[in-house]
Amino acid sequence: MQRQKILVLYTANSALDSPVIGWSVYDGTGQTRPMAGDQDEPPYRTGVDALKDGWRLIQAAQLLPHARGAEFDLAYLKYEFFFEQLVEVKP
Amino acid sequence: MTHLPLLNAQQMAQFVARGFLRLDGVVPEALNGQFLQEMGEIAPPVPGRGLMRTYGEMLAKAGVPEVAAGTPLDQAYEDGSALAKLVQLPVVAGAIRSLVGEDPIFDHHFLHVTFPPAYHEASGGENVSQHTHQDSTIDPRTAFDIQIMYYPHAVTREMGGTRFVPGTHLRRVSEVALGRYQNIRGQQHMVCEPGTLLFIHSGIWHGGGINLSDRTRTMFKIRINPNPRSSRTQVRQFDVSTLVPQNQQRPIFYVKGPLPPSVEQTLMTPEPWFEQDTGRLEFLNRIRLWRYLTDDPTYDADYWLTRVENLAEV
Repeated sequence: MQRQKILVLYTANSALDSPVIGWSVYDGTGQTRPMAGDQDEPPYRTGVDALKDGWRLIQAAQLLPHARGAEFDLAYLKYEFFFEQLVEVKP
Repeated sequence: MTHLPLLNAQQMAQFVARGFLRLDGVVPEALNGQFLQEMGEIAPPVPGRGLMRTYGEMLAKAGVPEVAAGTPLDQAYEDGSALAKLVQLPVVAGAIRSLVGEDPIFDHHFLHVTFPPAYHEASGGENVSQHTHQDSTIDPRTAFDIQIMYYPHAVTREMGGTRFVPGTHLRRVSEVALGRYQNIRGQQHMVCEPGTLLFIHSGIWHGGGINLSDRTRTMFKIRINPNPRSSRTQVRQFDVSTLVPQNQQRPIFYVKGPLPPSVEQTLMTPEPWFEQDTGRLEFLNRIRLWRYLTDDPTYDADYWLTRVENLAEV
């Protein structure tokens, strides 16, 4: 039986080999309980380092044009990459 | 002319750039003691008893008044109470005056208590940190509210502390929509001595840390608005005599070494989490906030706004 682990990396620009500035982990195996504020240093220096460690990229943020009149508005982190690992667990 | 100790230009620039002002150990020990005494005892954990029930009973018993939103701050607390004394401390009153101006308005307050593992075990709930969020709701104003976070007792790292991300306050987000972000480079945790105050811009991203110690953690928060009926609201309320006239722009990009400390240097210092492109937009937004607070619509730092406001085609 397999369960999914999710790693979300936020990078400094849209390149997967740019530095990681934010990160989250969600563990579907239940073996760990990651949560907000649990780690002050990123698990990987870049997104590519996560690939090298066996994480599979499953989604990347789109690059969208800037709405006229709102070019300087900032909201959510822009460069978001979702990775997964499938982990074997005992039934 | 006020006799309050106002924030200077450098402190204001720090607040504009990073969205917080931390004052360590400024509340006297006797006042911390009075506050904790007025808050009262917190009932010990009882097996099978829900944490929300414990919390509700604690709030009902605590010596914190119910205050109508929109009350003038100077009428919010009974004279002689710990909270009245807190907002009247010169260092506190001076910071409030500098940041939100004359006759500020009480918005709301809350007694935040974070419980150690024994309470969660007894109630059957999960002990987990709070998702990162921005308080209230989407706020498109240039004007801002402040929140004072008061730590009446020492907070260790094991106790969690308030987590916040410096420099996030100018982002227009919708409360806990950003809860997906667990960790952001440069995040800070409020580990502090008793009597520490954290003044935050109302837009700062923050959340309560998980308490893994063996005692409860108490933090009291007061949200304060500028008064729209005051003649000068938030504008030029800090010690403007400390502003250094800006005769020309600094050299940019090609510089032969570090530039000296200045308001510009503070406004142009990035946070570790800044994206490479939007980090520049953060600079623009900081300059706009500085223009507002100094009432100087032509102010610029490192040419960012001058360049995009040069409408040569017109």
